[in-house]
Amino acid sequence: MRSLITVLLLFTLTFNVNASEEVELQEANIDLSDTASLQRGAQHFVTYCLGCHSAKHMRYLRFALDVGVDPKKVLNDIAPEGASIYDQIHSAMNKHDAEKWFGVQPPDLSLIARSRGADWLYSYLKSYYIDPSRPFGVNNLVFQDTAMPNPLWKLQGEQHAESRRSIYGEYTKLELDAPGTLSESEFDLFVNDLVNFLVYVGEPVQLERERLGKYVLFFLIIFLVIAYLLKKEYWKDVD
Amino acid sequence: MKPSRLAECGNWVLDRFPVTKFWNDHMAHYYAPKNFNIWYFFGSLALLVLVNQILTGILLTMNYKPDAKLAFDSVEYIMRDVPWGWLVRYMHSTGASAFFIVIYLHMFRALLYGSFKHPRELIWIFGMLLFVALMAEAFMGYLLPWGQMSFWGAQVIISLFSAIPVIGDDLSLWIRGDYVIADATLNRFFAFHVIAVPLVLVMLVFMHLVALHEVGSNNPDGIEIKASKDPWGHPVDGIPFHPYYTVKDLVGVGVFLLFFATVIFYMPEMGGYFLEHANFIPADPMKTPEHIAPVWYFTPFYSILRAIPDKFAGVIGMGGSIVVLFLMPWLDRCKVKSIRYRGGIFKKALFLFVISFLALGYLGTQPVTPLATTMARLFTTIYFGFFLLMPIYTRWEKTKPVPRRLTKVKSIEDQLHEIEEQIPALLEEITEVKPAITEIGHPAFKGTFFSRRPNPKGIAHVLSRVLTNLKRSLD
Repeated sequence: MRSLITVLLLFTLTFNVNASEEVELQEANIDLSDTASLQRGAQHFVTYCLGCHSAKHMRYLRFALDVGVDPKKVLNDIAPEGASIYDQIHSAMNKHDAEKWFGVQPPDLSLIARSRGADWLYSYLKSYYIDPSRPFGVNNLVFQDTAMPNPLWKLQGEQHAESRRSIYGEYTKLELDAPGTLSESEFDLFVNDLVNFLVYVGEPVQLERERLGKYVLFFLIIFLVIAYLLKKEYWKDVD
Repeated sequence: MKPSRLAECGNWVLDRFPVTKFWNDHMAHYYAPKNFNIWYFFGSLALLVLVNQILTGILLTMNYKPDAKLAFDSVEYIMRDVPWGWLVRYMHSTGASAFFIVIYLHMFRALLYGSFKHPRELIWIFGMLLFVALMAEAFMGYLLPWGQMSFWGAQVIISLFSAIPVIGDDLSLWIRGDYVIADATLNRFFAFHVIAVPLVLVMLVFMHLVALHEVGSNNPDGIEIKASKDPWGHPVDGIPFHPYYTVKDLVGVGVFLLFFATVIFYMPEMGGYFLEHANFIPADPMKTPEHIAPVWYFTPFYSILRAIPDKFAGVIGMGGSIVVLFLMPWLDRCKVKSIRYRGGIFKKALFLFVISFLALGYLGTQPVTPLATTMARLFTTIYFGFFLLMPIYTRWEKTKPVPRRLTKVKSIEDQLHEIEEQIPALLEEITEVKPAITEIGHPAFKGTFFSRRPNPKGIAHVLSRVLTNLKRSLD
């Protein structure tokens, strides 16, 4: 009885917290057939994310085959040194260190695009701002009090949040203080490539699935026509 | 002539095992009414989905690991590393939702045409037992991927048992095998999901069909075709199930598979309704998801649970909303079966029931707000009102005369053809021809242009006709 109350209470509470922080998301431009973008995204992932996050359900070989790149090239350009082409994308950070440094183990990102959605990821990576009250000095507009520091700050530059009030209510806007090594549009492309890669990693088979679907539906239409004609033939004498 | 070796072998078996008799009793010599309409496809489709679930389920168990540490990863292993594993898994997950869509429509057919009434009460009871077993099967299957929603959904539902006075806490502990949902729960749910409940399901399907073939199928006119037989003892209004309904059901299968394949190949998550987003996060007993919602097919009952303020009463209400369905054959006092000849009061009640069922389903997917709770209470009242007041309002019913033989209904082709024929007249009515004003055109063409404009009077006329027809159809 008591556990039920706690469960119900917890979920009403957490929901309220969530509802109050809803931010309008920016739209990511997802194109899984853009293999160049996927390769760039994979590189970005290995450079900027793999230090802490794994994508343990994904193998380098799967990526090479799906994107149509020579496996050797994947090993040279994308995979960290010492990785085998059959390896899954594991992070080098161990669990205990991670918990000591960040309080939580950084989640595996294999399915992050399926649980959070592409637009959320895209907006999240762009919405860091300076907040000295946080352990890493940054906070995030999309995910308040996130435990993750901003790995892309050198590229994006530093943003600060500015509260504005208008007749339509209060809202927060992020302003760039110090520009990073990438221009704003370059950074958008950078994040988009990364999110594109994560969407691919979430379900590597999705392009293949959509390609096959056409043949299956075509077959089913033929089947339906034949079945219908057969039914008509059998039923023509039934009154 | 001497029979061939092969024929002799065949006869040897037939002398010892009645395959032909079985085939004839249930297919070739089973007479079904001629006038089955679209509502009658869902029985055979349910069987198709059951077979799909069993076959894909067997394939999934070959790579799935019922272990709290391995379960989530093994599902992803199936999705990525097992050849065609993704297809098998999507067929299974989409099949679960398809099963409920088909079953809900199948049950609604029974309400429409009174298929639960004398002499088919037992078919209905077996069907309801099937529905309960199916819900158990789906609920336990949903825990197996070991995602956040699997875990917390099961946690919420099993802790409902703890609302039962005195034995509640011990009971829920006994069901879980641990103080929270854990490895022990996963293992026993796996056992139930892959063997215990499927056996019950298959047995009940068998009983459902045997009972059906004993008394014969109902039909959209709700009359007994066995009442008028030809000199050979066959119902005049019946036709052999095979080949007539086997080929007809094949068309239904084609249409169903088109929808089914579209979901599998193009929208396997169905916007988070068939596969919930939060279920792509591994189960974490320390982190409650922001919003716990059961899968869509349980939401009407979940809404009823949430609508009732007291917890134990809520559990009783949720259970009662299913139990009350079992009583249908005895709650409905009207002798007429088919909605075609029933009184307006039943039609209106059924209409309200459908609305409230759908609304409860929608509300169950939404977070709790004061307005949503009020709405859920209103619709819960209507839901129970439909059943509990049935003995009263079905007595007053002014029914229409029921024909002795099946009435002829237009086929879908004819209906489409008729609609096609009516379109020009309808267009004529809702538009009017007005000479176009050609102020700036060449003087030679002045006044010779006509254009069709919407005619408010005509539209109002058509609308009122539609409404009158709608009202008449509810009388």
